[in-house]
Amino acid sequence: MSEERNKTTQRLSRRKLLVGAATAATIALVRTATGQQVPAAVPDIPADPTKTQGPPPGTLGSRSPFEQLKKIPSDTSSRTPLQHLHGMITPSDLHFERHHGGVPLIDPDQYQLLIHGMVKKPMIFTLRDLKRFPSVSRIAFLECSGNFRTGREKMTPQEICGLTSQSEWTGVMLATLFREVGVDSRATWFLAEGSDAAVMTRSIPVQKGWQDAMIAYGQNGEALRPEQGYPARLFLPGWEGNTSVKWLRRIELSDKPFMTREETSKYTEPVNGKIRQFSFDMDARSIITFPAYPVQLEKGWVEIRGLAWSGRGKILKVEVSTDNGKKWYPAQLQDPVLDKAHTRFRYLWRWDGNETAIMSRAIDETGYIQPTLEKLVQARGRDMGGYHLNPITAWEIKRDGQVLFRPEKWK
Amino acid sequence: MIRWILGGWLLLAVGCSTNAEAPAFVDEAMPESFGFGRLATEEEIARWDIDVSLDGKGLPDGAGTVPEGRRIYAEKCAACHGKTGKEGPYNQLVGPAGDTTTRAKTIGNYWPYATTVFDYIRRTMPYNEPGSLSDEEVYSLTAYLLHANGIIDSALVLQKDNLPAVQMPAQHKFVPDDRRGGPEIK
Repeated sequence: MSEERNKTTQRLSRRKLLVGAATAATIALVRTATGQQVPAAVPDIPADPTKTQGPPPGTLGSRSPFEQLKKIPSDTSSRTPLQHLHGMITPSDLHFERHHGGVPLIDPDQYQLLIHGMVKKPMIFTLRDLKRFPSVSRIAFLECSGNFRTGREKMTPQEICGLTSQSEWTGVMLATLFREVGVDSRATWFLAEGSDAAVMTRSIPVQKGWQDAMIAYGQNGEALRPEQGYPARLFLPGWEGNTSVKWLRRIELSDKPFMTREETSKYTEPVNGKIRQFSFDMDARSIITFPAYPVQLEKGWVEIRGLAWSGRGKILKVEVSTDNGKKWYPAQLQDPVLDKAHTRFRYLWRWDGNETAIMSRAIDETGYIQPTLEKLVQARGRDMGGYHLNPITAWEIKRDGQVLFRPEKWK
Repeated sequence: MIRWILGGWLLLAVGCSTNAEAPAFVDEAMPESFGFGRLATEEEIARWDIDVSLDGKGLPDGAGTVPEGRRIYAEKCAACHGKTGKEGPYNQLVGPAGDTTTRAKTIGNYWPYATTVFDYIRRTMPYNEPGSLSDEEVYSLTAYLLHANGIIDSALVLQKDNLPAVQMPAQHKFVPDDRRGGPEIK
């Protein structure tokens, strides 16, 4: 007690030397997403916040210094900390990233979108033009089709499948632009091209363009983040993330696919001696995000929580097993349950302290049931490759409360 | 009660089919044209229209040879892809033609169309200087990589007339996605 008061006094006396209380900072240890203790700048913490004036209103809000949320970056991607998020929306600065030539810096006043090829009128739209068209918003997930990592017990949901995120996307429906340029009824494919250093391209069936494709310029109430395609991107609900081409500069209509580099050894998968191409839809998937590694579980009531989603429609049901997959029980789904959207689920469980494994499986409105890895191998063969893997994730609960990922081998 | 449920399903079914044909957001009040945006000129289209189709549409004039490609490769590509295209550290480009059972996914064992090699090199390579190669250099690099993968003869002069005709060993393995949702795992 007296030691703590001493510390506070020391801090207060130090503060007097500084110009303003709001700028005073001390180095505190903060636990990161991966459970490491790292130093972080935290302002002096008053012993009683009711006895000190806080900082005045500011121009931008900020995250509490106690919340050290981080993506995990690699050379080519960075992953969303799923285990630390609440609800269904991914904060924009934590949306996963995957790009092929870095994040370009694009002046919105110079931005142009060209639509040409099999159209009546080849046209150029500025960002201002795009925003004048009827504007649509929808909440939907975006997931990379290479979103599965395994191999170690000490892996977090972020490390296993952090290449999925959810935003409210705002923009103009591509169908609206298709009408404006007069797409030829014989056109069956279009090329979407980005203006990053990869000048990345994908071939997309025109049908998707008429159905629910969007040219998005808004994300969670503001302009797109640069990492998500600022100032405008293609957004294809439910389809593998790579097809939602960012920094979109050109759409070309054609009557055949373009066979781009992302349609060769990339974004295709070996299946029983063949190579599956144009596998756009993301099949249903779920993961328990709590309790998950590195959580230390305590005996008693636990609300199991997680996310479920399907690129083919709404989540119909999520089932949870707390006995290593022997029995399955329906979880509660948090409203709203949206089409092609992350859906939060929860299941109340009383842990008795015995070793077990917990897992979830998503069922979507087409009747698809999220498979085990073994079932995927049975269907596709051992050389099935790393794309479109959506297996059930099992968490092993140890007697001491440790929660560990169960990695499975298939090769 | 049963009628209500049936009615609900019917409504859902109608809702779905309408959705597929004419998306709900196409408001009947929408004009045929909003008049936003402007016509693109031919020069503006040509500036960005760099893609190469399977039939060779989009391939520029010019030609390239395997020896010239080997020289450019050593200078501008080997640092990332390895001395012979097999060593890395980044993507392996040369490998067993047609054999997709190996871990390495290369141009030889995996890429279905030769035109894609030209298109991709021209739009984004080399990594540290994207889009800096001349069309002649891209033809030569394409020729070298196809030859290194055992696909074309070292004497072939590659140009827009013969590149689309190059048959890739893995092409016959490509099949369109046949997953359709529902209970079957594919």
